[in-house]
Amino acid sequence: MRLTRRAALLGLGCAMARGHASLALAAAPTERRFVVVLLRGGLDGLAVVVPQGDRDLARWRAPLVPEGLLDLGGFYGLHPALAGLHHLYAAGEALAVQAVAGPDRSRSHFAAQDSLELGAGGHVIADGWLNRAAAELHAPALALGAGVPLLLRGPARVDSFLPEGAHHPPPDYYTAVLALHRDDGAAGAAMARALRERGFTEAALAGTELPHDRDAFPTLAEAAGKLLAAPDGPRIAALELGGWDTHVRQVPRLATALATLDRGLMALREALDPVWRRTAVLVVTEFGRTVRANGAAGSDHGTASIAFVLGGSIDGGRVAGTWPGLAPARLFENRDLQPTSDVRALAKGLLAAHLGLGPTALARVFPDSTSAPPMQRLLRT
Amino acid sequence: MAARYGLQMDMRTAVALVRFGLGRRASEPLPADPDAWLAGQLDGPDAALSRLATGSAGGLAALRADRREKRADGQPQRVRELFRTEAAAAGAWLIETPAPFRERLVWFWANHFTISLRRTPLHALAFAYVNEAIRPHVTGRFADMLLAVARHPAMLLYLDNAVSIGPHSPAGRLTGRGLNENFARECLELHTIGRDAGYSQADVTEFAALLTGWSIDRAEGRFAFFPRRHEPGTRVILGRRYAAGEDGGIAALRWLGTHPATYRRIAAQLARHFIADSPPPDAVARIAAVLHDTGGDLGAASRALLRLPAAWQTMRKLRTPFDYAVAALRALDLPAETRPFLPGVTRRLGQPWLTAPLPDGWVDTAAAWGDGELLLRRADWSIAVAARAGTRDPIATAEAALGPLLGAGTAQALRRAASRREALALLLASPEFFGR
Repeated sequence: MRLTRRAALLGLGCAMARGHASLALAAAPTERRFVVVLLRGGLDGLAVVVPQGDRDLARWRAPLVPEGLLDLGGFYGLHPALAGLHHLYAAGEALAVQAVAGPDRSRSHFAAQDSLELGAGGHVIADGWLNRAAAELHAPALALGAGVPLLLRGPARVDSFLPEGAHHPPPDYYTAVLALHRDDGAAGAAMARALRERGFTEAALAGTELPHDRDAFPTLAEAAGKLLAAPDGPRIAALELGGWDTHVRQVPRLATALATLDRGLMALREALDPVWRRTAVLVVTEFGRTVRANGAAGSDHGTASIAFVLGGSIDGGRVAGTWPGLAPARLFENRDLQPTSDVRALAKGLLAAHLGLGPTALARVFPDSTSAPPMQRLLRT
Repeated sequence: MAARYGLQMDMRTAVALVRFGLGRRASEPLPADPDAWLAGQLDGPDAALSRLATGSAGGLAALRADRREKRADGQPQRVRELFRTEAAAAGAWLIETPAPFRERLVWFWANHFTISLRRTPLHALAFAYVNEAIRPHVTGRFADMLLAVARHPAMLLYLDNAVSIGPHSPAGRLTGRGLNENFARECLELHTIGRDAGYSQADVTEFAALLTGWSIDRAEGRFAFFPRRHEPGTRVILGRRYAAGEDGGIAALRWLGTHPATYRRIAAQLARHFIADSPPPDAVARIAAVLHDTGGDLGAASRALLRLPAAWQTMRKLRTPFDYAVAALRALDLPAETRPFLPGVTRRLGQPWLTAPLPDGWVDTAAAWGDGELLLRRADWSIAVAARAGTRDPIATAEAALGPLLGAGTAQALRRAASRREALALLLASPEFFGR
């Protein structure tokens, strides 16, 4: 069965599907599902799983702490826009991992995303680690969105699928386009008018509010879940969401973006319900942000951030990882949250415990990563 | 020609690549001498002709076969496949050609003598038309191109001359059918002298009668003159007398194709396309004078255009959606298997390839394409197509495509973008990239 037909049978309008070969295999190699959600732009983990019990928090970033935190057991509070995730956490099906970073320390979006997706620093490898994992498992893999992210590129065949209504440019993209045309009167003004007709508010056009297509990412996530839940569907999938590069006015922007993320994750969980016990969803970003608020009520590129793992068998309901603290001497290079977990260790832990990859396979998926042994105790036993 | 790799692009080279070419392809070497590079593209035959093997005979055969076997679902399979193959090849050539200035001229003239896929049988003939009627004459004489256009099956179908029958011809008397003056009128109004030349309805009718019998031999799949459909008698067009017969039509087309009013009109169109929406009158006059002095030599006119100082003033034109799509795909320089299908892209951007709404073709001024929603569609498409570009470095891509045309503000925005994809999209949605 071809992907486009399969999507049609699932009632999903299809805007784009790439490739020719069959996705479905006669006998799928694993019944486990694995989804990676990439948050591009650098999520401020400290504003999401907030260390409210750390006495240094207020001195660095009082303006960035959201009100109405949801309790995560005392020391930490969860951003109030993540009510759905909080519910999963309470049910023990969501795990937060604190102070996670990839091997890159450049604070460059491009270099850090490359490193996160390649699963290695430097130029040791050219393909995405999730593609290598799919190859090890002989598992059909799918990129949800317009094109295949680096994470899923490589020798193993990967289809991409963009359901109708799920096209979602990074939320501040059109504001950035308008800014480019600021000095070019005619085109800039014409595009601003057209964006108003598309429903952009004046605040969104001015860049003081984050415009958000509230439905695109949830639509994408729901499609991902439906495809993955099908018995002959893909087993591995990746999707992404932008809008995290909150240099200015972080509090309202982050609230909007997190609400969209939360709706998407809940749509994914709902669609995956029949296989939720056999599912793991990894949510990661390329870097965290500065511990100090900057001068524009935002934060700048940093190092360690938060990661989440969701799933019916995840040993959740807790914040894992080692809390490095926010005391001045504990900051990385006197500005960022000190990384205490390697994102490769987290991914390797999931590939081992959830998908059953052995040490040699893990070494092929993440070469040169002996310094990042698989994280333990991710699944309930 | 000596090529330069890894050197800084100077402004004249950038203008040559962007304004006269199709935008720089990322892997394209920089020309050593931009003036010589442009002029050199006008020498010799069009290299595409040896690569793009298409023919109207094959197209007409596919059309006939589809009609013969038309199934219940009405899917014209052969023509569809032929069109897909030819559009993919022509789209690839737009990206890979070593002579992008010449290719610009090809599509400029194809638009001047527009045909449109709104007439669906033309899917079978559109690329054959460009290759057979336009490409061979882009550096030749205008009147030769006009004659090739008038005789091409695509134009004969598009403007209906194939079914125009002299009412007093044997075929006309037998069938009761008569003139169709569609081509004759558009030839006078759009292809040659223009309405200001002061022809009358009688001139149109006389010209149409003179061109009766110019049609398609369906068995051979090419142009033929059918004497039995030809209106008998001498015709008078703008005071000039033409004897009946095929040669009369040829003589009339040659007269129109070498008329000073025609030269002025095509000079103005060339200047509007390459220089500015309102080109300087002396630039138009210079190109018209060269056409006049050379008997309508389009190669000489194109060389004259390159020597006009006004043509080198930068960034005065808004790219049409077609030019924009091609330039963006050249800048991204995607591997062939991940390139989007160009007809789909141009449709999405508001200017479906070879599908002008009317016989006057697409306008190429900012007034036609500067609408906000149309410009936003470029931004929409940019972020979508950038997802195909993988790990391409946005700054390097911008510098390769634009050189000194890249503004500091845009360069800074690219460096600050939250992902490679967003940075590449911003490049393609920048003012520098919208214009040429």
